[in-house]
Amino acid sequence: MQGVTPGGIDCDLHPALPGTAALLPYLDPYWREQITVRGIDGLDLASFPPKIPANGRADWRPQHGKPGADFDLLRRDALDGFGLRAAICNPLYGVQAVYNRHFATALATAMNDWMAAEWLDRDPRLRASVVIAPQDPAAAAAEIERRAADPRFVQVLLLAMGEAPLGRQQYWPIYEAAVRHRMPIGVHAGSTARHATTGNGWPSYYLEDYVAHAQAFQAQLLNLIHEGVFAKFPDLRVVLIESGFTWVPNFMWRANKTWRGVRAEVPWVDRPPADLIREHVRFTLQPADAPPDPADLARAIEQIGSDDVLLFSTDYPHWQFDGTDAFPAGFPAALRHKVAVDNPLATYPRLRETLS
Amino acid sequence: MARHVVAAVGEIPPGGRKLVTLNGRDIGVFNLGGEYFALLNRCPHQGGALCQGTLTGLVTSTTPGEFTYARAGEMLKCPWHGWEYDIRTGQSWCDPEDTKVRLYPVTVEPGERLAKGPYVAETFTVSVEQAYIVVEV
Ligand code: FES
Repeated sequence: MQGVTPGGIDCDLHPALPGTAALLPYLDPYWREQITVRGIDGLDLASFPPKIPANGRADWRPQHGKPGADFDLLRRDALDGFGLRAAICNPLYGVQAVYNRHFATALATAMNDWMAAEWLDRDPRLRASVVIAPQDPAAAAAEIERRAADPRFVQVLLLAMGEAPLGRQQYWPIYEAAVRHRMPIGVHAGSTARHATTGNGWPSYYLEDYVAHAQAFQAQLLNLIHEGVFAKFPDLRVVLIESGFTWVPNFMWRANKTWRGVRAEVPWVDRPPADLIREHVRFTLQPADAPPDPADLARAIEQIGSDDVLLFSTDYPHWQFDGTDAFPAGFPAALRHKVAVDNPLATYPRLRETLS
Repeated sequence: MARHVVAAVGEIPPGGRKLVTLNGRDIGVFNLGGEYFALLNRCPHQGGALCQGTLTGLVTSTTPGEFTYARAGEMLKCPWHGWEYDIRTGQSWCDPEDTKVRLYPVTVEPGERLAKGPYVAETFTVSVEQAYIVVEV
C-alpha cells in the first residue's frame, strides 16, 4: 500500500449523492412519482453548501459535479492516495432535515441501498454508516435492523443538531438497535435547522455556524451523559465526527467540576463525566483545530487523558489539509499507528471482524 | 491528643450539630440517631466551612429515572461547591479514595468518670449524674 498512512482506517470519508434523482432506482413507485412530479431535489444541508472551498479540496474536485461524487477519484485520491486499508463512508444529504417523516424514512432506506450498490460493491475497502431518519425513531431502528445483515455497515449516522437533544428517551430505540448490532453511533457535524445553530439564536454568518459546532457537540455530549444513555446502554460507543477535539479537556474539567456538586440531580451518572467520555466517546481526527504552536496539540491530547479516543480520518473530499499527511503538525508520532489502526479496530467491531 | 468534653448528651438532638473549637481546630459534632461524629470544619476541596453545610440523604440509582434515597441526614453538603461527604466515614461521594474530611474519635462518657479526668472541659461544669460527649483531638 502506498501513501503516508499505510494500512490506516479512515473513519470519515464522504461519497456525495449527486442529487435526489440518483435515489430514484432505490425508491418505491409512490416516492419516485412524488419526487419526479414535485421536482424535489437539492436536499443538501445548509451546513455543507456544495460549492464552498471547504467542501471540496481543489486537487480533489472533479471537473463536473459534486466533490466526492466520482468513485474513480475517491479510489485514486483517498483509498489509494492515503494507502487506506479501509474507509467508512458518511454520506451527507438532508435526509435528517426532511419534515415529512415518511419521506425521510424512505430516503434513508434509499440512501443505504444506493451506498451498498454504487460504492460498497465497488471496492472491498469501503464500509459505511447506516443513514437513518431520527424523525421516526421506530422506523430508524427498523432500518438499522435491515442493514445489520450486511457487515459492511458498521455504524449509525446522526447529525450534531437535530430535533431534540440526542440523549432523550425518544431516541433510545435507535441506541438499542445499534448496541444489539455492535454499531457505534456516529454523530456528524451538521444541522437540520430545527433550532438556531447557537444557544444565543441564529448567527448571521456561515462562519459562525461552523465554529459554533463545537458547542453543539458539547451540548450533545452533556445530554447523552446526563440523560443516562451510557448508564442504560453500557456497551454504546459514540463517535463525534468533525467535532474537533482540542476543546475536550476544558469541557471535561467543567463537566466534572459541576457534576461533583450537583450530581444528586442525576444519580445514574455514578462517575465523573470525563470518565464516561473516555470510556464511551471517540473523536475523529479531521478537522483538527490546530493550535498555533504545534507542541500544544500533544499537550491537549495528553490532557484528554486517554490514547484511545482519537480515530484517524481524512474527511475526504473536504478541505482540511493539503498533501497526503492527514495528521496535523505536532501530532505525536508515537500515537499515529494507534490512532490510524488500533483505535478504529477497537471502536468498530463489525469492521474488525470483516478485516481479519 | 487530648480529650475534650464538648456537650452534655441531650444538648445536640438527633439530626443536630454543634460547632466547637478544640486545640485551635474548628470542629463540627453531629448526632446521627444517637451516634456522634466529629468532623473538621474545613472542606478538603477548597477549605469551605463544611460543617455549616446542609444535611441530605444519599441518592443513588441503578438506571436513568430511578432514584434510590437512603440514609436521610447522613450526608453533609459543603456550602461552597456542594460536594457531598459521608458523615460516618468522612469520604466525599465524588472522590472517596482521595478526598476525605478528617474525622475525630467521639465517645460518650458518664460524668462520674469525667470527674476523675484528665479531660479538657473549660466551659463545662461536669455533673456526675449526666453523660457527656467527648472528642479526642
Ligand atoms: S470547598 Fe467544599 S466543595 Fe469546594
